[in-house]
Amino acid sequence: MNLLLIILAPLLTALAVLACRNKEQVKWTALAGSLAQLMIAFLLYFAFRQEKEANESVQMLFQQDYALFKNPNIHFHIGVDGISVAMILLTAFVVIAGVLVSWNIEKMTKEFYFLLILLALGAYGFFISLDLFVLFFFLEISVIPKYLLIGIWGSGRKEYSANKLALMLMGGSALILVGILGLYFTAGRTFDILQIANTTIVAENQNYIFPLLFAGFGVFTALFPLHTWVPDGHSSAPTAGSMFLAGISMKLGGYGCLRVAAYLLPDGMKEYANIIIVLSAIAILYGAFATMMQKDLKYINAYSSISHVGFSLLGIAMLTQTAVTGAVMQMISHGLMTALFFAVIGMIYDRTHTRMVAEMGGLMKMLPFISTVFFIVGLCSLGLPGLSGFVAEMTVFMGSWENTGAFYKIATIAAAMSIVVTAVYILRAIGQTVMGPVKNESYLSLKDARWNEKLAAIILLAGILAIGVAPGWLNDLLRPETGHFMHKILGIK
Amino acid sequence: MNDFIILMKSELVVTAIIFLLLFIKIGKGMRNETLLPLIQVLLLINVLFSFVFNKEGSLFDGMFSTTSMIAFQKSILSLGVYLISLLCSGWLKKSEHLPEFFMLMLSALLGMFFMISSGNLLIFYLSLELSTIPVAAMANFDLEKRISSEGAMKMILSSAFSSGILLFGISLVYGTTGTILFAEIPSQLDNSPLQILAFVFLFTAFAFKLSIVPFHLWTADVYEGSPIASTSFLSVVSKGAVAFVFITALYKVFQPLEETWYLMLVTLSVATMVIGNLFALRQKNIKRFLAFSSIAQVGFILVGISAGNSVGIASVVFFILVYVFSNLAAFGVADIISTGSGKESIDDYKGLYKTNPFLSWIMTLALFSLAGIPPTAGFFGKLFLISAGAMKANYTYIVIVALNMIVSLYYYLIVVRAIFMDKNEQPIEKITISKTAKLALIICGAGILLVGLLSWIYDHIQSLIQ
Repeated sequence: MNLLLIILAPLLTALAVLACRNKEQVKWTALAGSLAQLMIAFLLYFAFRQEKEANESVQMLFQQDYALFKNPNIHFHIGVDGISVAMILLTAFVVIAGVLVSWNIEKMTKEFYFLLILLALGAYGFFISLDLFVLFFFLEISVIPKYLLIGIWGSGRKEYSANKLALMLMGGSALILVGILGLYFTAGRTFDILQIANTTIVAENQNYIFPLLFAGFGVFTALFPLHTWVPDGHSSAPTAGSMFLAGISMKLGGYGCLRVAAYLLPDGMKEYANIIIVLSAIAILYGAFATMMQKDLKYINAYSSISHVGFSLLGIAMLTQTAVTGAVMQMISHGLMTALFFAVIGMIYDRTHTRMVAEMGGLMKMLPFISTVFFIVGLCSLGLPGLSGFVAEMTVFMGSWENTGAFYKIATIAAAMSIVVTAVYILRAIGQTVMGPVKNESYLSLKDARWNEKLAAIILLAGILAIGVAPGWLNDLLRPETGHFMHKILGIK
Repeated sequence: MNDFIILMKSELVVTAIIFLLLFIKIGKGMRNETLLPLIQVLLLINVLFSFVFNKEGSLFDGMFSTTSMIAFQKSILSLGVYLISLLCSGWLKKSEHLPEFFMLMLSALLGMFFMISSGNLLIFYLSLELSTIPVAAMANFDLEKRISSEGAMKMILSSAFSSGILLFGISLVYGTTGTILFAEIPSQLDNSPLQILAFVFLFTAFAFKLSIVPFHLWTADVYEGSPIASTSFLSVVSKGAVAFVFITALYKVFQPLEETWYLMLVTLSVATMVIGNLFALRQKNIKRFLAFSSIAQVGFILVGISAGNSVGIASVVFFILVYVFSNLAAFGVADIISTGSGKESIDDYKGLYKTNPFLSWIMTLALFSLAGIPPTAGFFGKLFLISAGAMKANYTYIVIVALNMIVSLYYYLIVVRAIFMDKNEQPIEKITISKTAKLALIICGAGILLVGLLSWIYDHIQSLIQ
């Protein structure tokens, strides 16, 4: 399979959107393009499974390598392993759902879809890059779309949020840039991830470079205390924007922490693992308690995202194969779940024109479909068995528990306690909005989800269920890769 | 004789155009509508011609030399002049003294050509003056505006001052080394205090021309007062030329003093970036805003220069090529808006996207390129500068540079925000853009998008360095 397809599909979609004449054309082109991306992602998954069975020992499949710049030594080197395939699948799911829920955007439709697809392009490119420079290029490509999406189509304090997000992410990028240059010069003038992985970097240098890279990617994935852009950014963004931000963009950071920081700098990872464990445990608990205080549905999901993303960082820092597998599962699960969460919040807001929990009530009567989906995704968030959240969090806890030592046990227990808090705020939010008496007479005339909204919700629900009911396929996809990571980081098989 | 023509062909072409304009002026004269396209075609020929028949060699006992790198640098400068002539055609058409304006601009360009090619301090000084004095006259070209004369006055005084310092430096160099030939100076340098003093004087003169902090004070006033055609020439072409010759001076002539100048470069580049960025934050006028942003950009150029090797040269030349496209696009949009509506304040740009989407997108692309955000060429330019600077393994410096990129992003976003997000009851009305200006903006836009992604351009620049 030719990996170039993965970035060509969104690129062509974006260009086709630009060429469209009216709103209808724009929407259908974007939908066709994102459907094509989803199909390509599935094709990639099956091709990958087949190819992996044939040559199990090869780490990166479907590699392509074109020299870009001679000096500095930059190659357009792409390839995928199980983790990137899973991430690409996630991206394709969120993209098509995002396109569907934005169906009724009236203001500058063409620009909106163009920026949305451009954002997706950055994510696809990021997940398949095997060259740090190209990876950084794709990471940065999404800054303009994010800024404009929030600033133009957002709500509330959108200019402030857009600025804050762009500047904080740029700050993260600056750290990553310095870290990448450090890697380039210490690893013998190469940006190639596979080549750098094969060179030994002196532990002292690793200890300098690792914090730069991890903190840099940490900004993207809301590592405590670099998370402050998350609540503002998510709550001000338009629905599809929040879905992309939380569902895809934050995963770029997690993937970068794992693939670049941890994988290329194993000694640095071991050195700083305990600090990261403490920070992510704080993020998990702090995020959960902060959510309890929120009254706005979008803020509830934004803060709970900080808490949930903490699990994936915790899993990475625990450095056992199961925990790291769980961490990647959590990224995928949280991506699907939070995208659906934001989609549902968007649907409710479109109808009730409020996001305040206290002002709603009894929505189940008028909006049975939306309310049911809201219920399911809430249960997924609090970790009900049978849904993806449970699988991912359980795997992280089991992996964390494998570590002996009181420190790890305490961190795990602290993180696990957050589930109780999650149950409190989720059940309270759902109870007040969906159940109970109808508080506002005018809500009685509300109409339930339209076809595009139903389709978006079903697509994302399918993903959540596919992981929740039968997690085997995802486990099979990820486990060999995390095994490889552990082999590299800890030097054991 | 044959050598003379081939090696000096760029200079000869420019001189020929100047004389042609002179004859047109003293002859019957021509209407602006016919003269301007003629000039634009001539300048295009000048650009295209600069890519062919290039030969390396030197003339007049090494006073004048040219290499393929120098030829390429001249092409970049010619390209800049050509784009300015297209972008500012709206303003130029209205001007009563069109031929004079181009005579001045091309004389300055001629001076820059000689300056880049110069092989000794004397010809360097003469050509530097030739490239400065006409620009001061250009700055005064809005004849009826007081602010324009004020800018020109400030420019001529500060130039005179810096020339004085330069001459003092040159005489000290001659006094301590006994030669003014670039090729012979390095072997005579022994780091004696007097030589370092001489070098500091020379460095100061360069710093004036490049508007490096603390020698930047003239910049904002001159930029604000001058017509935009002159401002963009000053900030793009003139700065590019001085940066090129600055590299030659540091890398070839003062190579033995590298330890001294590295320290100076690092200190001044940090100061330039920080001051340029902080002042840009508070500007309300788009021209002053671009003036401080271009001061900050010079700070980034110094990062590349500090590398002290061929990668440094390549990254700076590449950055200036990118800078020609991005900065000229920004100035071009500013000029079209200022000529069309008379508005120059950033607040007036609010809601521009609704009425002028094309101009808005070009401006946004240009600003993102200046900020160094992909996929624009500015990203590659900045990255190459920084990675060249990082070769000295001075990571504190690199972290400061990277942090400055965030500050610069902030103020570029102020303009983008005004264009796209801020509400305005009375946005600037739809402005009709002349075909030539539109062509130039499209060229700039294509340059911003493609120069970085087409990797052979940077590879080509590297291959030019021996």
